[in-house]
Amino acid sequence: MSQSRDNSLPTSHFTRALIYTALLIFAVYYLLPLFVMLTNSLKTLDEIRAGNMLALPRSITIEPWLKAWDSAQIGVDPSGLKPYFMNSVLMVIPAVLISTMLGAINGYILTKWNFRGAGVMFGLMLFSCFIPFQIVLIPMARVLGLIGLAGTTSGLVLVHVVYGIGFTTLFFRNYYNAFPDELVRAALLDGAGFFRIFWRILLPSSGPIIVVTIIWQFTNIWNDFLFGASFADFDSQPITVALNNLVSSSTGVKEYNVHFAGAILAALPTLIVYIVSGRYFVRGLMAGSVKG
Amino acid sequence: MAFLDIIGVTKRFGSVKVLHEINIGVEEGEFLVLVGPSGCGKSTLLNMIAGLEIVSSGEIRIRDSRINEVHPSQRDIAMVFQSYALYPNMTVGGNMAFGLEMHGISKSERQALVKEVAELLQITPLLDRKPSQLSGGQRQRVAMGRALVRDPDVFLFDEPLSNLDAKLRVDMRTEIKKLHLKLGTTTVYVTHDQIEAMTLSTRIAVMMDGHLQQIGSPAEIYQLPSNLFVAGFMGSPPMNLIPAKIVNGNDGIALHVSLHSGEMTALNLYQPSPGLLNQVGREVILGLRPESITDPDSADRNSPANQPLLNRIIITETAGSDTFVKTMLGGVEITSRMRGDSEVSANSDASLVVDMSKAVLFDPQSEQRIS
Repeated sequence: MSQSRDNSLPTSHFTRALIYTALLIFAVYYLLPLFVMLTNSLKTLDEIRAGNMLALPRSITIEPWLKAWDSAQIGVDPSGLKPYFMNSVLMVIPAVLISTMLGAINGYILTKWNFRGAGVMFGLMLFSCFIPFQIVLIPMARVLGLIGLAGTTSGLVLVHVVYGIGFTTLFFRNYYNAFPDELVRAALLDGAGFFRIFWRILLPSSGPIIVVTIIWQFTNIWNDFLFGASFADFDSQPITVALNNLVSSSTGVKEYNVHFAGAILAALPTLIVYIVSGRYFVRGLMAGSVKG
Repeated sequence: MAFLDIIGVTKRFGSVKVLHEINIGVEEGEFLVLVGPSGCGKSTLLNMIAGLEIVSSGEIRIRDSRINEVHPSQRDIAMVFQSYALYPNMTVGGNMAFGLEMHGISKSERQALVKEVAELLQITPLLDRKPSQLSGGQRQRVAMGRALVRDPDVFLFDEPLSNLDAKLRVDMRTEIKKLHLKLGTTTVYVTHDQIEAMTLSTRIAVMMDGHLQQIGSPAEIYQLPSNLFVAGFMGSPPMNLIPAKIVNGNDGIALHVSLHSGEMTALNLYQPSPGLLNQVGREVILGLRPESITDPDSADRNSPANQPLLNRIIITETAGSDTFVKTMLGGVEITSRMRGDSEVSANSDASLVVDMSKAVLFDPQSEQRIS
């Protein structure tokens, strides 16, 4: 008998069958869209028109993928998603790194260098997590215009960093809260300063929460549509906006296979991030304390 | 001027005063233990010596120079924390070398110092391990190693043994004492365990509610506690505190104490201080250690003031080397310490011997010792 069965409550075969059936249904329900997208992105347009959506492709073609990547019509240019994919990469990497770093430093200060008003400060930062995107659109556009970053990738990086700090600070604050204060005191006595303690003692022990924060920030920023659509010019639009343009700017026929391929391309980086570091994500969310 | 001077040190958190005008002088090479119940301010005082808490008023001096404003790392002190506070991401060797590295000591010198201290503490095989791979006792040693390697002027210990199990605690206590004998570094040690305080210290400072109650050698604290708190806090089991009344006895002045039966008995005071002679009728509290109320066989034969007493035994507790016997005296239950093979049994009368040369008297109102 397997180990997991040993620990579980005794159940009848009927209950067990019921549970597995329900789980199976949910799994299929969640995986079906992915299946439809994958299979149809590998079919020719004729086959899609002729056959049904759920059928496997009769002959596999990667033509739609190539077209979505570098020759599909997006807005006025037949450029494919490639340049926009690069825009997204150029936006997401600095935005994730900067917001994670700032969150880590904020969490460190809020927990280990307590100052008067730290609680209020943290409360306000937490509050920023709950401000709907739409509210800040106009003020943000004004600010970006004033500092000359309107319509640029740097401008989008700034917007995402500002919006992300609330969450990243929350993550790191809660993680460092469980980090023993005595470690910081010991390091102080050993002669390490503010940044040295952070860099040498706290950060090396922060692996799980760094992974959580990076996944969270990466997913949010990569998938963002509203800020990209509002603040970017044609040459700095992220892939989410380009995908929308790809689907909406048809030249007569709706190329569903190209659209499916494009959608998967746009979702691929977040999928990869989850697959590569998903188990650290769960571990990091559950990791409360550092045993000294 | 002592080696480490604590002069009128007060600590306030907002309007709450947690330490009141503490004055302590620690001589070079001394092992001072700060002891008291939790919340008495002993750890706060230690943290102020370390520089981790700001001194509200007063002065702390090492080698006669004021260190109130000196950064913790420049005070030439090293501290062992209750949770050991080992850096989880560094190896044992890295933990020990970190402070040296921060003080700009070269790598080869660091390695030599770490090696030397590791050998002294017998942790050389552990140098490449991470703290999470160590047992409690090993972590304790590493924490001490990290402090030792700095070769500080003053060692500070903040309840270093309270996370260990009972047996290991006793072993480590001996280790710390040996280490102090060997190195002779001035040490301030905080604990709430009075046995640790008695066994380790050269002097004890007993604290309660932010006030220094008494400071003295372990023998002084044990024999002549300055007030009822110290008498009750130090010693295990604690000093018996028996309500009594000063009377004129057959042989000078004596104390009237009620027995289990309610009958009064007179215990002659041994060499009463002149001040007590005209205080007949005064209510006092008689303090007697459990070993000063014992069976005739265990009584100190050299004592000049042994007095017999017949009293009812309530209960006996065998503890191997001793038997603790409860009786009623002065209307309170008291503990006496007898030999391990003592044959007294509960609910019978037994003859006891009270060593009045060890008796101390307290005033019931002021709670201070008067004799």
